[in-house]
Amino acid sequence: MTADVALGTGPAAPAAPASPSRARRIWRRLWRRKGAVVGAVLVLFFVAVAVLAPWISPYDPAKADWLQVRKAPSAAHWLGTDEIGRDLLARMIWGARASLLAGVVSVSIALLVGVPVGLLSGYCRGWIDHVLQRITDALLACPFLILAIALAAFLGPSLTNAMIAIGVSTVPVFVRLTRGQVMAVTVEDYVEAARAVGNPHYRIALRHVLPNVVPPLLVQSTLSIAAAILAEASLSFLGLGQQPPAPSWGSMLNTAKNFLAQAPWMAFWPGIAICLAVLGFNLFGDGLRDALDPKES
Amino acid sequence: MTMQPTPPLLQVAGLVKHFPVRKGVLQREVGRVRAVDGVDLTLAAGETLALVGESGCGKSTLGRLVLRLIEATEGSILFEGRDVRALGDRALRDLRGRMQIIFQDPYASLNPTMTVGDMIAEPLMLHGIGDAAQRRRRVEELLGLVGLMPYHARRFPHEFSGGQRQRIGIARALAVEPRLIVADEPVSALDVSIQAQVINLMRDLQRRFGLGYILISHGLAVVKHVADRVAVMYLGKIVELSDKRTLFASPRHPYTQALLSAIPIPDPALKRRRAILEGDVPSPLNPPGGCRFHTRCAYAQERCRTEEPALEESGAPGGVGHRVACHFWRQVPAMEALRAGIDADPVLVRLQSFFRPEKAGELLASRQDAGLA
Repeated sequence: MTADVALGTGPAAPAAPASPSRARRIWRRLWRRKGAVVGAVLVLFFVAVAVLAPWISPYDPAKADWLQVRKAPSAAHWLGTDEIGRDLLARMIWGARASLLAGVVSVSIALLVGVPVGLLSGYCRGWIDHVLQRITDALLACPFLILAIALAAFLGPSLTNAMIAIGVSTVPVFVRLTRGQVMAVTVEDYVEAARAVGNPHYRIALRHVLPNVVPPLLVQSTLSIAAAILAEASLSFLGLGQQPPAPSWGSMLNTAKNFLAQAPWMAFWPGIAICLAVLGFNLFGDGLRDALDPKES
Repeated sequence: MTMQPTPPLLQVAGLVKHFPVRKGVLQREVGRVRAVDGVDLTLAAGETLALVGESGCGKSTLGRLVLRLIEATEGSILFEGRDVRALGDRALRDLRGRMQIIFQDPYASLNPTMTVGDMIAEPLMLHGIGDAAQRRRRVEELLGLVGLMPYHARRFPHEFSGGQRQRIGIARALAVEPRLIVADEPVSALDVSIQAQVINLMRDLQRRFGLGYILISHGLAVVKHVADRVAVMYLGKIVELSDKRTLFASPRHPYTQALLSAIPIPDPALKRRRAILEGDVPSPLNPPGGCRFHTRCAYAQERCRTEEPALEESGAPGGVGHRVACHFWRQVPAMEALRAGIDADPVLVRLQSFFRPEKAGELLASRQDAGLA
């Protein structure tokens, strides 16, 4: 579809595959929500920091300076230094990479596995649904963090394995959500209409059902990123995530706990960063959910 | 309309659909909803057969069974001489273009994430008709056919009104030039002013393309306007089947009479003996034995409770192919007053009623009431 033709025919003629008027409406609703805007700003801030890390980092995050051990915030080291004299600002900036990457990659893994499984389960029903749901039940029965810790310990400590562990632990949430939404959509008339014009099943599932379950998945994804960031911090804190000397907020907290009395700033910065990042994603996700709800004004 | 030398477009015989009701961990079958319970009907090309009845009588299920959107439990469906129930997945999909459906709710029947153009072009693509450019032209042609503009193809369903959406649904149904369209309450979700528009469009298209319609409706006004024949359903069975004129003029089944007497007639002077139905439709999970209508029928007798009446040719004068499923249809009084609502002169009907003692009494009583007030 060519953009110039669409522009020529009238204001309502859409050029993009998603309806601009609908997208614009959702955007406007999102903008009206203060919480969502604050969330979006926080998320964008951390994303910018993570992306720009090599350029904005004032020091090498792994370089020790034995003359600057556990220094309080100063002009030279804005956020202070840690127990072997590494600059905390640099470590925070590079740690943002680990945290956000953990959030995005693990949720992507969960989406990649959870959505197809949920779609298959909800669309086919019958024994396929039964088998898949019992497996999901089993996964859901284990608490999220315990499962992630067990998996990370089993796979061996590294950031990649932590992301895989968090991703796998998040899968059942997406299976359940997708399945429920798919079941609700498959009884819609337009799915029956798709059958009536002669669509094969795979096309009904992919072209007619899947696009209509995207909004709730989008909301759940933002909320799950927040949970994943927290989980990565927990795993790193336990030594199962990012491995030294590479920084991550969780591992920074882990070291900081030994120096709480002497160098409280070491714990303060990563703590506040985790808190704000999680808050940002949660606020944005909540706002998105409200904005996507057709029953809201 | 009748007496076709060629085989009918659609021939349904002994069609049954029971939905099993399952309960418990083992999903044991604890009962069956007899949604459609032995239905025979035929439809000629270019003909409109209306299915009427209360909600839950199985008319929508019957429509979907015919298109095999739901699998039947028993019976046969011949469409253009081919056994629809015996078709494999592939062959059925190929046939789908030739039998289509129009839905009741135009807000639910269009995929909100697809443009109108993609939606109408989809059946063409699925059935391998034309290349992309030809399909685009055909989409514009179809939009024109239902009174929409070519540029509407790029829009999404939410940008249209209910009536426009219903016309988009019709355009989609027509894309692959079907022979049979099941219209499931096509106008009941629309404003009255838009209803006429859509109904007239459907009639127009029928004339142009010789479409066979199965019109599922509880709106008797619509049925009266467009149907050639009418089948009245009650609890999964056809109780009366007739050409429209005969059915509206002299319904023989007590249930049909009750349905028809529910139509308001815009004449305050007219007094009618209304057959008002009492109670609810019995559950199709456990339909009454014998005649299924006996629990609510004013004329029910012992035989009705035990013996199920067959749908038999009434041989009533004027009603060729008029069939009724009632043991006592000969004894059930005709409901002449209804004719007033169809085509007879109300004055004449009132005059006639003076010559029927029981009607005259009623009329006199009503006069006295009026006089006292």
